[in-house]
Amino acid sequence: MNSKTLRKVSLFALVYFSMSFLFAGGTITGTVKYEGKVPPMKALKMATDPICDGKHKDAPARMEWLVVGDNGELKNAFVWIKEGADNYPAPEEHAVLDQNGCIYSPHVLGVQVGQVVDILNTDGTLHNVHAMPKLNSEFNIAMPKFKKKKEVTFTKQETMFPIKCDVHPWMKCYVAVVNHPFFDVTGEDGNFKISGLPAGKYTLEVWHEKLGTKSVSVTVADGATETVDFTLTRPEKKK
Amino acid sequence: MSNKSTIITPLINDQKSTPSVWLRRFAKITAFSTLLLIFAGGLVTSTGSGLSVPDWPNTYGQFMFTFPWSDMIGGILYEHTHRMLATVVGFLMLVLAFWLWSKESRQWLKRLGWIALAVVIAQGILGGITVLTYLPLGVSMAHGILAQTFFCMTIAIAYFLSREWTEREAKIEHEQNQSLFKWSLVVTGLIYLQLILGALMRHSDSGLAILDFPLVDGRVIPSFGVALESINDRLWLLGLDEITMSQIIIHFLHRVSAVAVSIGIIGLFIKVLQFYRDHKKLLLPAVLLFVLLVGQITLAAFVIWSFRNPVITTFHVWVGALMLGSASFLSLRCYGLLYLIRTEHS
Repeated sequence: MNSKTLRKVSLFALVYFSMSFLFAGGTITGTVKYEGKVPPMKALKMATDPICDGKHKDAPARMEWLVVGDNGELKNAFVWIKEGADNYPAPEEHAVLDQNGCIYSPHVLGVQVGQVVDILNTDGTLHNVHAMPKLNSEFNIAMPKFKKKKEVTFTKQETMFPIKCDVHPWMKCYVAVVNHPFFDVTGEDGNFKISGLPAGKYTLEVWHEKLGTKSVSVTVADGATETVDFTLTRPEKKK
Repeated sequence: MSNKSTIITPLINDQKSTPSVWLRRFAKITAFSTLLLIFAGGLVTSTGSGLSVPDWPNTYGQFMFTFPWSDMIGGILYEHTHRMLATVVGFLMLVLAFWLWSKESRQWLKRLGWIALAVVIAQGILGGITVLTYLPLGVSMAHGILAQTFFCMTIAIAYFLSREWTEREAKIEHEQNQSLFKWSLVVTGLIYLQLILGALMRHSDSGLAILDFPLVDGRVIPSFGVALESINDRLWLLGLDEITMSQIIIHFLHRVSAVAVSIGIIGLFIKVLQFYRDHKKLLLPAVLLFVLLVGQITLAAFVIWSFRNPVITTFHVWVGALMLGSASFLSLRCYGLLYLIRTEHS
C-alpha cells in the first residue's frame, strides 16, 4: 500500500471511530434508595420439601420483598425507559430464570418482547411455574424433576407480573416484558445503568414490588451520561 | 267456631322399605368419607396448593393413581391427596346410586341417589375446571359450596335408609313441634349461608382482612376507613399483600353472619332443652350442634390469632361442615319423628 492510500485509510478510520464515539448512545445511571422502616426479612420455611430444606442447611433463605442496604440501597428495583424508546427486535440471547435452592433467581427479571426465556429446574425437585400476567397469556407449567429446562416467550409489553410456584408457596418472582433493551435491575448496591440510548427525551420509571412506581423525565445526549437517583417510600394508603 | 286439627303428613310417599344392613352401612361410609374429603379439600385452599398440580385429570402427566408417593411434596401432597380421595368418594357414590337403583323400592330415594351422583360428578368437573382456568373466584366458590351440598345429600340418603326412618311408628306429639322443625330448618339455612360467606372470604383472600378477634381494629363496630389503614400498616410490616375495603366488608359480613348462626343455634338448643329434654334423638344432635358452635368460635379466634395457620383454618372449615351436617340431620329427625299438626279454624 502506498503512502497516499495509507493516509486515506487512516483518515477514514479516524472519522469512522470518531463518528462511532459521537453516536455511541447515552447512558443513564443512578441509585435507587428506600426511606422508611425496614421490616425484618423472615426466614423461609421449606420443611414441606426435604430437598429444598436440605439446600439451606447452613443459612436459611430469606424473603426478598424489601431488601435494603445499610445506607438505604434498594435491591430488586426494576428501572426502565417507559416512554420515548423505539421498539427493538428480540435478541438472540436467551434470558434465564432459574429455580435453584427452591428460590427463583433472579427475583426480578427483565426480558424483551419475543425473547426466549429459559426456565431452569436446577433443584431436581418438582416445581410448577405459574405465570400471572394480565396482558400476556397466563400459564401454569409442570416441571417434574427430570424436566431441566422449559422455554417460554412473552409477546406483549407488560410490567410487572408475578411468577410463582404452587408446590412451594414461598417461591415468587417478578417479570417485566419490554419492547426494547433499555432496562436494568438494581443489585445489593442499589445501582442501575442503562446504556446505548439514542439521544432524546425519555420517561424513566422505577418499579418495586412493594413500593410501587416513580418516574422522571430525562434528556440524554449522545455519548453523555445522565445520573438519576430515586428515593422510594411506602406508597399512599389503599382506600 | 270449631278447631279442626289437620295432620301434616310427610311430603314423601313413604312405601314400606327394608334396606339391607350393608346398604345402610355403605351409605354411612359414603357420608363419612365425604366429611374426610371436605377436610382434604379445605387443606388445599388453606395451604395455597390449588394449582400445585397444573394438569387435570392427570398429575404431572401421569395417571393419578400411579403418581409416585416420593413426589408428593409441598403443595402436591395436599392437592393430589384431595384428588385421590375425591375419586374414592365419587366411586362410593356411584356404587351407592346403583345399589339404590337395584335394591331400593322407593322411587324418590332412587332419584335422590342419581341426583347425588350427578352432583358429585359435577363437583369433580368443577374441580378440574377450577384448576385449568387458574382458580376463578366463582368456580372456586361453587366447588366449595357444592361439596357441602353433596355432604348434606349423603346424610339425607343415609337417614332415609335408616331403621329410624323406615320403621318409625310412634311420633312425638308436642305443641312446639312445628316451631322446632322450623327452627331447625332456619338454623340449617343460616349455617349454609355462613358457609357461602366463608367460601367467598377464603377465595377472595379476605381471611386476614381483619387481624384481631373478637373485635375489629379494637372495636365492636369498626370505623372501616380507619381500620383499613391500621390493618394495612400491620400487613405491610409482615410483607403480606395489603387489602381493600371490600375485603374487610366481606370478612365482617362473615362475622356478622356468625352472630346470627350463634343466636339460631342457642335458640334451638334452648328449645330442645326446654321441651324435648327426654327425647334423646333430638337432644343429642342439639347438644352436638351447640358444642360444635363453641368449638367453631374458638377455632375462628385461633385462625386470626395464628395469622391463618393452615391446619387451624382447615379445622374451622371442617367444623363448619360438621355443623351443617348436624343441623341437616336434626332437621331430618324433626321431620321424621315429630308429629306435625296444623290447627284450622272453621
